[in-house]
Amino acid sequence: MSDNVIIRAQEVKKHFKGGQIKALDGISTDIRKGEVVVVIGPSGSGKSTFLRCLNLLETPTGGSILFNGVDITDKKVNINIHRQKMGMVFQHFNLFPHMTILQNMTLAPVQLLKKSKAEAEEKAMALLERVGLADRANAYPSQLSGGQKQRIAIVRALCMEPEVMLFDEPTSALDPEMVGEVLEVMKDLAREGMTMVVVTHEMGFAREVGSRVLFMDGGKLVEENTPEAFFANPTNERTKLFLSKVL
Amino acid sequence: MTWFETLKMACLAWFEDFKADFILNFIEDNRWKYLTTGLGNTLKITLLSLLIGVVLGVIVAIVRSSHDSIAGEMRPGIGKFLLNLANGVCKLYLTVFRGTPVVVQLMIMYYIIFASSRNGVLVASLAFGINSGAYVAEIFRSGIMAIDAGQMEAGRSLGFGYVATMRHIILPQAFKNVLPALANEFITLLKETSVAGYVTVRDLTMGGNIIRSVTYSPFLPLFAVALIYLALVMFFTWLVGKLERRLRNSER
Repeated sequence: MSDNVIIRAQEVKKHFKGGQIKALDGISTDIRKGEVVVVIGPSGSGKSTFLRCLNLLETPTGGSILFNGVDITDKKVNINIHRQKMGMVFQHFNLFPHMTILQNMTLAPVQLLKKSKAEAEEKAMALLERVGLADRANAYPSQLSGGQKQRIAIVRALCMEPEVMLFDEPTSALDPEMVGEVLEVMKDLAREGMTMVVVTHEMGFAREVGSRVLFMDGGKLVEENTPEAFFANPTNERTKLFLSKVL
Repeated sequence: MTWFETLKMACLAWFEDFKADFILNFIEDNRWKYLTTGLGNTLKITLLSLLIGVVLGVIVAIVRSSHDSIAGEMRPGIGKFLLNLANGVCKLYLTVFRGTPVVVQLMIMYYIIFASSRNGVLVASLAFGINSGAYVAEIFRSGIMAIDAGQMEAGRSLGFGYVATMRHIILPQAFKNVLPALANEFITLLKETSVAGYVTVRDLTMGGNIIRSVTYSPFLPLFAVALIYLALVMFFTWLVGKLERRLRNSER
């Protein structure tokens, strides 16, 4: 596909109750290689739903999502294969509590990518080293702080060597003093050129590392711009109102 | 005679009685063998039916909880049809086997379905196993439903299919959660097998009863049977407690 587009969302809709409730009402956008797309908006605007539609955790009721040119909303497509290339980080971490950190990180590479245990562990240890948690490799998730859990969740997804990372409000469930350590890992990732879609309330993050900001409201994409332009001169009334409250 | 001597006499007389009773019930004609063979059969039936019950129960629990959590979002097609069908069969199974007494099920199995078989232990194991499966299914279902939905999402987002996520992520956690309830079911099952005598299986209870019918002395055989059941249950409770602690330790 042209312009290095990794994900192309076309008129993505998510309707409930025969169209009475429109969680998503026709969202179209392209996500290009190396971009950091930050999705913001008031709660209930559909931003999380949109993100979850990108790897089909939520099934759209209309429109299509092309991932590397393949329409993954087509039911003949094996979504599991494509999800291996789309890492996801959740608000509530969702680490596997019955496994050690290392087991959390090596499960998918060993089972799905058919890597050897040694190879998967080597990769996992290298990633743990990078986020400063190598000494916790054999700990269980319940022994970690929220910030540590989220950093593990990020590197767990990275173990699959994804082409794009989806972040669903990764810092919303954290104590304020732990937000920084998670954002730092995400900024590192962005600087390395990882393609990222981030749903967040961290305006500072959007401004600093975002390459594009999407503002959603009422299931619609209201405004889309570079962070500089978006925060300096919002054009839409709804955007202005939102920014006046959060900044 | 002092009161002390009276007491001593009474004790000795009681002891002599007890000894005679003991010899009559257990030693003479090697009657204790009724209890040991019976115990063997009881253990065989319990373990075999536990195995059948857990396998059956896990399958039914997976079908039922899968149906409840994903059938609503599935696209119409053969997969959805099969899941609905399997769910219907499972519901029927639960209704029938939880809705009728296990003794009746046992007799239907032995005298009707497997009327040509004289292997009572095997038929009884099957009957108790199928019955127990219905209860184990609901135990496991509650265990599966108690796992946070985020665990399934995390597994799927890594690229695992539904079944693989169940196997690697959901079921190991569910098993740990349901272990106490499962132990309870096992204890119930062990004691429930005491009705196997209805279909001529010589289990522990039947063994005690045979001794009683020969010696006309009910006290010792029946109390011996009760004591053996009690000891078994206490032993298994201790064993499960150990397993539980070990599983829990792995998390902290």
